[in-house]
Amino acid sequence: MSLDFRPGAFNDFFKTETFRDDFTYRNSPHYIRRFPFPFDRDEYMYAVNLEPHVPGRKGSVFEKTFDVDEHYVAEMIDRAKVLAEDPLRCQSLPHMTLAGWDTLELIMETKAREYPEWFSLTKDGNRWHWINRPLGIEQSFTFLDESTLPYPPFEYIMRQTQGDWTLQDERDGTLWMDAGIATSQADWSVDFDVGMNFHEWHAPVPLAHEKGIFDRALKFLLKLQHGAPVRRFNWTMTVNPLLDTAPETYPKWGPDRTTLTQENMGHKMHLRVELQTLYRLPRSNAIAFDIRCYLGKFEELVTVPKWGRRLHRVVRDLHPDLAAYKGFLRNRDAMAKWLSQYDDGAPTSPGWWPED
Amino acid sequence: MKISLTPVDAPSIRSRPVYAPLEARSASRYVIVADGEGADAVVEMLAKANDRSEILSAAHVMYVPGPNGTDKTSALEGLQASQFFRAPTIPSLLPRLQRVLLDAHMGTQFYLAGTESLIGQAEREIMATGFPHAAIQKEHRGSTLRRVQCVHCKGITENVATDPFKCSHCGLNLFVRDHYSRRIAAFQGVNIDAEDPGKVPESVVRFK
Repeated sequence: MSLDFRPGAFNDFFKTETFRDDFTYRNSPHYIRRFPFPFDRDEYMYAVNLEPHVPGRKGSVFEKTFDVDEHYVAEMIDRAKVLAEDPLRCQSLPHMTLAGWDTLELIMETKAREYPEWFSLTKDGNRWHWINRPLGIEQSFTFLDESTLPYPPFEYIMRQTQGDWTLQDERDGTLWMDAGIATSQADWSVDFDVGMNFHEWHAPVPLAHEKGIFDRALKFLLKLQHGAPVRRFNWTMTVNPLLDTAPETYPKWGPDRTTLTQENMGHKMHLRVELQTLYRLPRSNAIAFDIRCYLGKFEELVTVPKWGRRLHRVVRDLHPDLAAYKGFLRNRDAMAKWLSQYDDGAPTSPGWWPED
Repeated sequence: MKISLTPVDAPSIRSRPVYAPLEARSASRYVIVADGEGADAVVEMLAKANDRSEILSAAHVMYVPGPNGTDKTSALEGLQASQFFRAPTIPSLLPRLQRVLLDAHMGTQFYLAGTESLIGQAEREIMATGFPHAAIQKEHRGSTLRRVQCVHCKGITENVATDPFKCSHCGLNLFVRDHYSRRIAAFQGVNIDAEDPGKVPESVVRFK
């Protein structure tokens, strides 16, 4: 980062860890318990499953609007590295600048309110002053004046925000992904998809079109109101705690999928959960889509008995087209075999919470 | 990453453009861009038009022979449109189209006919000027050769016939996904042997 970047200022909370090379990422014991385990039953099939994004259980990833967790600083360092290697990962078509400002405002105001110990925003008319203590950033700027920030507004705030984001312009009765950043994506290309409409960018997803999932989801999203965000889960599997599983770099990380054994499965295989939230933006009327990625090692997740049992059943029984789309068909049997050690056949309680 | 190959006649996925026969609609100006067998679509559309001579007197026709060698220049030149232009290749046609678009007013009707590569690249130029979707008609005729962007190096390989194929820029073995970007006017190519380097299925001709 070219900003005044001082990682380490809050080392008692934010971890020093990597999502590449030596892969030192892991969840602290307390973080395993708060992992957003996405399966509320022992099987999985697509559903729209949108619900209001309202504050949830204390200590959970739903407690705040934007969950700033122990991985925040390390994720931002990883994002800066990805953008340095490939600037095409952050794109915004010319008409999306206002939506970028809307997004910056949403994030700055919310974080300053929800985490006053780390973030602060003061305003004097359009003269704004932003402090991000974990990243060592202090910035005075004029709201809606691009020349006063070191990056365009969308990229500026995205370099300080966990999760991949896309911004959707609404016109012709559909949503157009006209801006986006992807450095922690599950194998989709922002460079290829930017400018597509809702059905176009979902085109490669198997089974869901036929079930009418996307038609219903679009209908719902077009009614999304400012101040009433919604959320849903998605998930996949990733070998090694690699945030940036981009199609661009697939030749580099694809071979990792051939390195799994029963001995290293628990450590190397990760359940990758996306907490997706959607916000209507006030000035641009665009919709911001936050795809926040959580990585949980198999060996971490099975420390919760209910999750060990359930993950085994979901992986074992998943429709092969979905396993192929999610990229783990070749390893599915080995994953199910490893997980079966943690499934004694006992019934599981409904819902995803660990203790229920 | 799904690597099974989709048969070319399988039901199309949702990012794939949908094409319908060209239909004569009255407008103030007509910009007609075609390649290869697309010339037939233009001729047939005009044959059915009630106001054929009015259309032709306000039409600018641009034509390129198809990637398979089909050259129907004489059929289009013989229409005696107010302007006719033949370019040897699509890249050599685009600067003229860009110049024409500078003067095009709302109320202009665009007809694009021929290969997906021609349609996609012409449509991209037109949309960049802000013309609405509804002003552009597209009919696919002739070659199904594809214009494919390598998702890894971003280079575009024209006239791809086989799947998988070798990227003409970085040399990776790519399979052709049925995922299309109108902004890039290309299908997406993804490395097929990333997980097992060297294990490349035999190429089959999928696009002709």
